[in-house]
Amino acid sequence: MAERRPVRWHIGVFLAPAVVVYTLVMILPLFATLDLSLYRAVGKTTEFVGLGNFDKLFGDPNWSGHFWNALANNFWFFIINMAVQNPIGIALAALLFSPRLRFAAAYRTAIFVPTILSFVIVGFVWKLILSPLWGIAPDLLKMVGLRHWFAPWLGDPHYALTTVALISVWQFIGIPMMLIYAALLSIPDEVIEAAEMDGITGMSQFWKIKLPLILPSIGIISILTFVGNFNAFDLVYVAQGALAGPNFSTDILGTFLYRTFFGFQLQLGDPNMGATIATVMFAIILAGVCVYLFGIQRRLRRYQF
Amino acid sequence: MANRARTSLPRTAAAHAILLTYTVIALFPVFVIVINALKTRRAIFGHPLQLPGPETFSLVGFQTVLQQGDFPLYFWNSLVVTVVSLVFVLLFGAMAAFALSEYRFRGNTLTGLYLALGIMIPIRLGTVAILQLMVATGLVNTLFALILVYTAQGIPLAVFILAEFMKTVSDDLKNAGRIDGLSEYRIFFRLVIPLVRPAMATVAVFSMIPIWNDLWFPLILAPAESVKTVTLGAQIFLGQFVTDWNAVLASLSLAIIPVLVLYLIFSRQLIRGITSGAVK
Repeated sequence: MAERRPVRWHIGVFLAPAVVVYTLVMILPLFATLDLSLYRAVGKTTEFVGLGNFDKLFGDPNWSGHFWNALANNFWFFIINMAVQNPIGIALAALLFSPRLRFAAAYRTAIFVPTILSFVIVGFVWKLILSPLWGIAPDLLKMVGLRHWFAPWLGDPHYALTTVALISVWQFIGIPMMLIYAALLSIPDEVIEAAEMDGITGMSQFWKIKLPLILPSIGIISILTFVGNFNAFDLVYVAQGALAGPNFSTDILGTFLYRTFFGFQLQLGDPNMGATIATVMFAIILAGVCVYLFGIQRRLRRYQF
Repeated sequence: MANRARTSLPRTAAAHAILLTYTVIALFPVFVIVINALKTRRAIFGHPLQLPGPETFSLVGFQTVLQQGDFPLYFWNSLVVTVVSLVFVLLFGAMAAFALSEYRFRGNTLTGLYLALGIMIPIRLGTVAILQLMVATGLVNTLFALILVYTAQGIPLAVFILAEFMKTVSDDLKNAGRIDGLSEYRIFFRLVIPLVRPAMATVAVFSMIPIWNDLWFPLILAPAESVKTVTLGAQIFLGQFVTDWNAVLASLSLAIIPVLVLYLIFSRQLIRGITSGAVK
């Protein structure tokens, strides 16, 4: 261009507030946290230790036991969520999508209710219901003749983690349901009609026609579940406390990070080790997002209408 | 015709049975808490599943909550934090979305990607440094610290959703405004904002839930009594009154009901927002 255009200041004005707040409060602290993980406190100053903190986290008996325990628990937490929440969510969405189903909007609204409740409410409500003292859960089991099945699930190290994961499933089932419902809505009628012409209806229509078409949405709910689970903290903190009892059996990376960085009871807070754990969480989440973006999402973009 | 063939009676009945069962699972815990909050202690333990009757009705739990906890203050704090954060998220988000969708300039795509990073990477991972930042600037134990964090947290998704919507605003309208001598700012505030209002409502509902319900940042950045949010206040109250079942159930009910009412008011907006990508 021969003629110089005037500087368009308004672009900068429009962008500045968002970019400044986002950069100062989110991006810089994120990188500062990654940086903190390379130092350790010596008296009042800090000293560069390279990857020493990671070495300590993975290998030092004082740390590694808790770390690997939290990591393994976090994976189990994710697996339960993935294997229970998403299939049920998809099934509910498929049922809601049945042709001319009455009250579909009412069901949808009701099933989404737990998702809007705060963790504090969810954690306590289930603590009360599962409490052996109050006895709603034992009473209900008695009604169906399974009283002997009852155990204080949240208090038993064998079951506590799975129970907490199932509570999380109960809370968040609305999200996969809604997203899959939206995906089903977007399938063009012609595709469904063509399938019907070929005599594919009911269940086989779901498996052969609809499911392949909603795979991209299943990818999205999977990555949302992954990021949400590896960043989880609140539910365990509310239901089981910062020590993620009994005996750390429900400890996940979020609660481990909280105790390490902020300190709890006799343990002093350690920002550098906290930053180290946050960095590991960052790496896990980033790896998950990359697998999704480059490995899964690309292959799924096959169907265009 | 085909439709009629698909809807057989047993199949519909089965669908209703499953959906109804799940609806009961979803609502039962909330129902149990609310009915028991209105009963005497003896009735709570004796017959937890019965509706409150004339003999078992009692509001003693609510009295304890109102006397002991400072819930009006917590509620006010939550309201300030949520409303101010939402205003910032919507205003800043819409401005950035307008810049990205309206103008072609160098770095446009890159800025968009930079802002989109925050959709996937949770802001919590930077907590250690955020706390240091707030300590250094003296913002610890202020509501402003929470507002800043929630604004930063909400911006990425707001920009992403609003930019999509702003692309659908007609160019002719904006150009007509330009010919009439409106500045770019007036075009944004007078023409574009009113047209994307439905999308802004959707973003508002989406951003509101995690802000109102957050426990992590209030716990770390603003745990002082005078700036506690209702989520943190309820958590601490529940911890202290764990054996006073009337008070626990009453405070849970008080925490559930406002959110539930808001949800019922906004649920159509929320559902329309989620499904909007589909029904164009």
